[in-house]
Amino acid sequence: MTAYEADEMMTVEAARRLRDTTACFVGIGLPSTGANLARRTHNPDLVLVYEAGAIGAKPPSLPLSIGDGMLGETADTIASVPEIFNYWVQPGRIEIGFLGAAQLDRYANINTTVVGDYANPKVRLPGAGGAPEIAASCGEVVIIVRQSPRAFVEQVDFITSVGHGDGAGARERLGLRGKGPTKVITDLGILEPDPETRELTLTHLHPGVTAEQAREATGWDLKLADDLQTTEPPTEEELKALRELLAA
Amino acid sequence: MRTHAEITPLADAVADLVRDGDTVALEGFTHLIPVAAGQELIRQRKRDLTLVRMTPDIVYDQLIGAGCARKLIFSWGGNPGVGSLHRFRAAVQAGELEIEEHSHAGMANRYVASASGLPFAVMRGYNGTSLPEHTSTIKSITCPFTGEQLTAVPALDLDVGIIHAQRADRDGNVQLWGQTGVQKETVLGAKRSIVTVEEIVDELDDKPYSVVLPRWVVTRVCEVPGGAKPSYAQGYYDRDNVAYKAWDEISRDKAQFDAWLEAL
Repeated sequence: MTAYEADEMMTVEAARRLRDTTACFVGIGLPSTGANLARRTHNPDLVLVYEAGAIGAKPPSLPLSIGDGMLGETADTIASVPEIFNYWVQPGRIEIGFLGAAQLDRYANINTTVVGDYANPKVRLPGAGGAPEIAASCGEVVIIVRQSPRAFVEQVDFITSVGHGDGAGARERLGLRGKGPTKVITDLGILEPDPETRELTLTHLHPGVTAEQAREATGWDLKLADDLQTTEPPTEEELKALRELLAA
Repeated sequence: MRTHAEITPLADAVADLVRDGDTVALEGFTHLIPVAAGQELIRQRKRDLTLVRMTPDIVYDQLIGAGCARKLIFSWGGNPGVGSLHRFRAAVQAGELEIEEHSHAGMANRYVASASGLPFAVMRGYNGTSLPEHTSTIKSITCPFTGEQLTAVPALDLDVGIIHAQRADRDGNVQLWGQTGVQKETVLGAKRSIVTVEEIVDELDDKPYSVVLPRWVVTRVCEVPGGAKPSYAQGYYDRDNVAYKAWDEISRDKAQFDAWLEAL
């Protein structure tokens, strides 16, 4: 078996989540790599939607930004930005939103706005972009993020995009129509919301990773699933496709 | 009666249409960013501007670093695919720049309201996020038909809307194509508009996903080839990703930025 990096495991696992998906709203960075890998492996018909307007983009290599020319040029259609959000995201037309995060809490609420106080920030991050409405209205959300105590915090400093709010029933109370985050895929394993409490629980460890490592990389007392499983390692085909994608 | 857009040099358009203290939007979502026009604002030392843009990227980093902005209305401020905007970040962290922050959907709807001549737009959004606590231009509204709680965002009160397009004809009809973001709304929603173009041609012909802004809704057209660089203009040139990466280093260091500004 070919050796692989933790990031490769994460991206490969993210791509597997799109096996049966019609359309995926793609955030830039790790989510975009995972979604493009899915289109090259498990789901060639996958419709990639980017917030700058491309619907059904088929980029020949990884775009650096969400509005690169190759996205529009290869798209099935291009929508204006108001249309992307009003006609495509808002009605729940997109099954899965693929998002990243700078900070994430135990209910998968995402912060990409500030570290520290909003008025007097320690670190000013880029902000919301399309994520709040993707998190609210896509059928479900998959978050792809490297796991560390800095990113996985007890409480996010700012809720940019709502995951499961303060727990069970929060999304319903807020009138958010999508299911919210169903999986958080990291370089160490997979976290899923507990069906009752909605608290993120470690359900899978990637091969060679220990539960202790995952707990140490989490800023809250991470719960482990009773039937904690091991992720399938990347196949030769998956690794080959990923490396070709990153090299293109 | 306005029958056609006036075609003038960019420096004249900026001098005539942009006043200190104005609210100015420069739009272009990755594609067709009006960089040359933004840099002309810097050269003419415009001050106290309220700058509006969904994705303030390197040209807004330049405007902020040069001291043109009093306030920024935006939804995502970063160097796409590279990282932070260091002049923007430094100004916010030092409390030197007032910000009014939205999501993309919120900003897009604010442009739609402006173009529609409405005081606000309605959307589903922001519920449960921290944004309404810090942004006064996000309000809850009850649907008069269903009773559902929705969100209202106000129109942007734009003095000047600035965009870059691929081309215009000699009467000032403007044509842009490819990913055209919120540029139509930016022009229709502003009191005055400046459109820089790659070229002025005798006649416009069909292009995929083309938007045509008729001559009588555009105030000025300025021929500025390469005016969107280092962003791209479909059919003319590609995005200069190397320049975006190189900006990171210039912007990170105040002395390097000052040297860049001096040379502009």
